[in-house]
Amino acid sequence: MATPIPDVSRKSARRTELGDRTPRTKTGRVKQQLTSKWATTAAIVIAVVWTLPTFGLLISSFRPESEVNSTGWWTIFSNPSFTLDNYTSVLVSSGASSASLGSYFVNSLVIAIPGTLIPLGLALMAAYAFAWIPFKGSGPLFVTVFALQIVPLQMALIPLLQIFTNMGINGSFIGVWIAHAIFGLPLATFLLHNFISEIPGDVIEAARVDGASHTQIFTRIIVPLSLPAIASIGIFQFLWVWNDLLVALVFSGGTADVAPLTQRLAELSGSRGSDWHLLTAGAFVSLVVPLIVFFGLQRFFVRGLLAGSTKG
Amino acid sequence: MDLATYRLLQDIGGKLALLGIGVAVFLAVVGLILFLADRAPKKARDKVQLAVFVAPALLLLLVGLVWPALQTAFTAFTDGRGTFTGFQNFVWMFTQPTIVTTLLNTVVWVVLVPALSTAIGLAYAVFIDKSHGEKILKSLVFLPMAISFVGAGIIWRFVYEYRSPGYEQIGILNQIIVWTGGEPQQFLINSPFNTLFLIVVMIWIQTGFAMVVLSAAIKGVPLEIVEAARLDGANSWRIFWNVTVPGIRSSLVVVVTTITIATLKVFDIVRTMTGGQYETSVVANEMYTQAFRLGEPGQGAALALVLFVMVLPIVIYNVRVMRKQKEVR
Repeated sequence: MATPIPDVSRKSARRTELGDRTPRTKTGRVKQQLTSKWATTAAIVIAVVWTLPTFGLLISSFRPESEVNSTGWWTIFSNPSFTLDNYTSVLVSSGASSASLGSYFVNSLVIAIPGTLIPLGLALMAAYAFAWIPFKGSGPLFVTVFALQIVPLQMALIPLLQIFTNMGINGSFIGVWIAHAIFGLPLATFLLHNFISEIPGDVIEAARVDGASHTQIFTRIIVPLSLPAIASIGIFQFLWVWNDLLVALVFSGGTADVAPLTQRLAELSGSRGSDWHLLTAGAFVSLVVPLIVFFGLQRFFVRGLLAGSTKG
Repeated sequence: MDLATYRLLQDIGGKLALLGIGVAVFLAVVGLILFLADRAPKKARDKVQLAVFVAPALLLLLVGLVWPALQTAFTAFTDGRGTFTGFQNFVWMFTQPTIVTTLLNTVVWVVLVPALSTAIGLAYAVFIDKSHGEKILKSLVFLPMAISFVGAGIIWRFVYEYRSPGYEQIGILNQIIVWTGGEPQQFLINSPFNTLFLIVVMIWIQTGFAMVVLSAAIKGVPLEIVEAARLDGANSWRIFWNVTVPGIRSSLVVVVTTITIATLKVFDIVRTMTGGQYETSVVANEMYTQAFRLGEPGQGAALALVLFVMVLPIVIYNVRVMRKQKEVR
């Protein structure tokens, strides 16, 4: 969808030039202080309510088993005790009933990296063709791809599973990669097209006149110039794949060989729903990568979000 | 090194090798095709290259999305084993009390989540606009966007955790109720309010999205107009409704439609927190249950079709907006 986000950078710069907006009358000032006092309080309440659940989970994941399951995490402040046991037991301990998330963590990585690269690569090529290779039916075809991004992936699951089973790739990494590639393509193509079509036509015309082929233009001009867009969209696709549950449930076969972290966690939440020492640590293991991405690459993350926001 | 650890490491090594091979093969194939297309005879070169650029994506979409979606639309009118049954699945859907509840729940989700997430996100964006520490305050509310629905489900199940009266509560919400002198509640089991407690989780996730997009839009409202309105004696409330809101209308539409679509397809939260039990199921969850757990692909397909029909008006609206923008350009 991604459409009417105004370009804000320039305007906000102008705003700061104009300086602060202080009310000119006395009553106006009082009124503004009053509203801003309430506003500040409301903002703080929202911020606390939004943060507390995650904070409680984090604290609990470091508390000893007996305490997590018998006292609230807020008692940690009067009765502090910390341990890493929960993490060792969810990550590495072996045995039939253990969470063994270490293995699933690797699965998540093995799914998410190609699950990001493949759709991004193919989408980049298609986006270039739609933007700069004129051909019959280009317009309607592109609108179709755009519309496909909002077809719920539920519409494709049953037949696609059938196809994968016939091909013998159901329950393998390859099947999951292809599924994520398919579901990621429409949005990635649309967003990359938006970006690529903004590249000045003179640059590409000049290259064409010099005899450059589309392949050369693509590899030497388009890809290097699109790197910021690729980064933003790539981060989004990566998080989407990393956080996905539905595609994994349908196509991974559900074993420790292929299933990602989310699937294992959902399972644990059902089967060991009251073992909070395992669930809190397990949930946090699955959050680590998104949190690193979030804090490390927030700039790209926000940009990607502003560029486009629906996903199949 | 004991045997179990050795096995684990071997397993990890194998998977990482697979990852490397997968990526390498993909890059090599793409590279090779591009290279060969570049060597094509001059006359046909542009056509060959066009095919090479668009064909892979279009083929995948055709085989993996368009064709399956058409098949699903067809399956919705069968029993899932090849026998045509007309509108049987839809009659089933609207007469089976559990499925009717599912449909109604979805409606409640779709009404509440976009409205509340957008309202809270907008309020928060306005409140913290130009305040000290705006960046940090934004991150705090935005953070849930990065978290998986499964993770969010576990986080909130922990918030709602119930222990019988007399025992020490470990869920903070019940603890607050106990502190204020109330009886602890089974938030996720007692229908119909349990659906509302699941909806809270989705709002918690989507508010950050609304806030970031709307905050950017608010900063784009020209200061001159705000200033002029203030000089004319308008208070903050009037300025908000008469200047800010009209100024960010297009962003508001994007936010509401995006959250609506995400909400229609919500699956993971329900799956992780209640599994759709206790009358909390929604269409996307029921579709999965019918098609993949109960072996009823016909009924699952019918539910998927209903989901598609619900999303359709939004798709049409967006295609129209895009067309208009193209014309403007």
